[in-house]
Amino acid sequence: MLEDKRIRVIIGHYGSGKSEFSVNYAVRLAEMGRKVALADLDVVNMYFRSREKAKELEGLGIKVIGSQVNTPAIEVPSISAEVYAPLQDSSYDLILDVGGDQVGARALGRYVDYFVDGKYDMFFILNANRAETQTVDKVLEYMKKIEDVSRAKVTGLVNNTHLLKATTVEDILRGQKLALEVEEKTGIELKYVSALESIIPELPSDLKGEILPIKLFLRDEWML
Amino acid sequence: MSKILMKGNEAIGAAAIQAGCRYFFGYPITPQSELPEYMARELPKVGGVYLQAESEVAAINMVYGAAGSGARVMTSSSSPGMSLKQEGISYIAGAELPCLIVNIMRGGPGLGSIQPSQTDYFQATRGGGNGDYRLVVYAPSDVQEMVDLIIEGFDVADQYRNPVMIAGDGMIGQMMEPVEFKTPVRRELAEKDWATTGTNGERERNIINSLYINPEDLEQHNIRLQAKYDLIKQNEVKVESYNIEDAELVIAAYGTTARIAKTAIAKLEEEGYKIGLIRPITLWPYPYDEFKKINPNCKAVLTAEMNTGQMIDDVKIAVEGKYPVHFYGRTGGMSPTPEEFIENIKKILGGEK
Repeated sequence: MLEDKRIRVIIGHYGSGKSEFSVNYAVRLAEMGRKVALADLDVVNMYFRSREKAKELEGLGIKVIGSQVNTPAIEVPSISAEVYAPLQDSSYDLILDVGGDQVGARALGRYVDYFVDGKYDMFFILNANRAETQTVDKVLEYMKKIEDVSRAKVTGLVNNTHLLKATTVEDILRGQKLALEVEEKTGIELKYVSALESIIPELPSDLKGEILPIKLFLRDEWML
Repeated sequence: MSKILMKGNEAIGAAAIQAGCRYFFGYPITPQSELPEYMARELPKVGGVYLQAESEVAAINMVYGAAGSGARVMTSSSSPGMSLKQEGISYIAGAELPCLIVNIMRGGPGLGSIQPSQTDYFQATRGGGNGDYRLVVYAPSDVQEMVDLIIEGFDVADQYRNPVMIAGDGMIGQMMEPVEFKTPVRRELAEKDWATTGTNGERERNIINSLYINPEDLEQHNIRLQAKYDLIKQNEVKVESYNIEDAELVIAAYGTTARIAKTAIAKLEEEGYKIGLIRPITLWPYPYDEFKKINPNCKAVLTAEMNTGQMIDDVKIAVEGKYPVHFYGRTGGMSPTPEEFIENIKKILGGEK
């Protein structure tokens, strides 16, 4: 995780778990003593966005950037200019939590100058339990569409296959198989396997990719 | 088929297509826009038509036309958009046409907010349009139940020739949950011999209409409609209840609020409280009879909604004055927490155990 590039762009199909991954990744980095900024660039969905947890994350020392209009429910596609600070200030580790699909990725366009080869990572979040990303071809289609719009390249895959709190080891292994097939076809490395903390002890020890334990920040206790 | 993860709004679309819906007319509005997006993408693949109308008013009248020609058709919107559809809904009910209408409710009144609410209970159950008409109104409390009710709802609409409404809140539209598409049990349905499909010169014309020039005829039409509504009341009530026979307090709640209530009930049980739940799945017809099964020694009924108190009227009708009826609600797009339930219930029951 510490070897990832300073700017990490988190993309994927909507509903694949980008925001939970981003938040957990940010928390982990902050725990390792890094100076972390998390920019929520989601201008597509108005619910379940990482900025909803800004207070909690700021308590952990993470700088959270969302819209310059300070209300979680605002329905205008505005992103704070503050994003430029951690993009330019190399003392920050920056995570860009991008909205779903190519529509969400459009928000990346204005930052294209910062996506210089070798200076950023762009992680594709893959959830094999989402109807639209269950085959290699469909995953490649989403990846290409998002790359085209963002004018940046995917540098790593994340197997984030889950069924929320009902996730089983089988779900994760099915996603792992799909992610490895995508890796073989594209040469893009499977970098992370993200899974609920409670499931991790049951996972095989030889899984490819670093395991990122997930704590559900965005789901209330009464949710599945 | 195994479970997959779907967002509520997508699952509505998938369920409708599985139920044989091939026509969708609508207009985007948060928090239900993923549904028209899904239909725009998926309906053409199955030979259907998605059409974004110029307004909600146009969309509901397109539904009116398609339903009149016998098609399985739906529309969807969120609260302010649903207000615009009310005239058309009254016409469709008056002309006795089947269709499915989805309302993913947000905060009101007026343009309100884009966050979840249940503030359209009155509109859905009391008729937002004019005239003595009723909609069958389902209030699913999770995405799986919403899928199942949509599939059944299309059949119910056809069986009674009446519009069916799915009343969900923004939370259920936006939430990701595991869903399984089972092979649905379908009802035996009559041929739509009333539909305007062309006579080929072989039969009398079918007429779809809600205008009756002669008041005697309109009175007869209304008497027939009421007889149909009575039949729906007899046959179509759906309710889930939990532990109401020996509860010291019963919560009445629907949709997302009922789920939050369940979490509160489980926590209170650990502290020795006996709390029951009545969760109407049909908001109309309302499960009045279920309240007759409540423990006679129950101390109170607590109505909980994401509004300032709408279903509470039905709860008061249902309990017939036997128990005091309390209310707890959040509104404006705010959702209650289990802790708020617990605090309120303890206050009603007179403090800690």
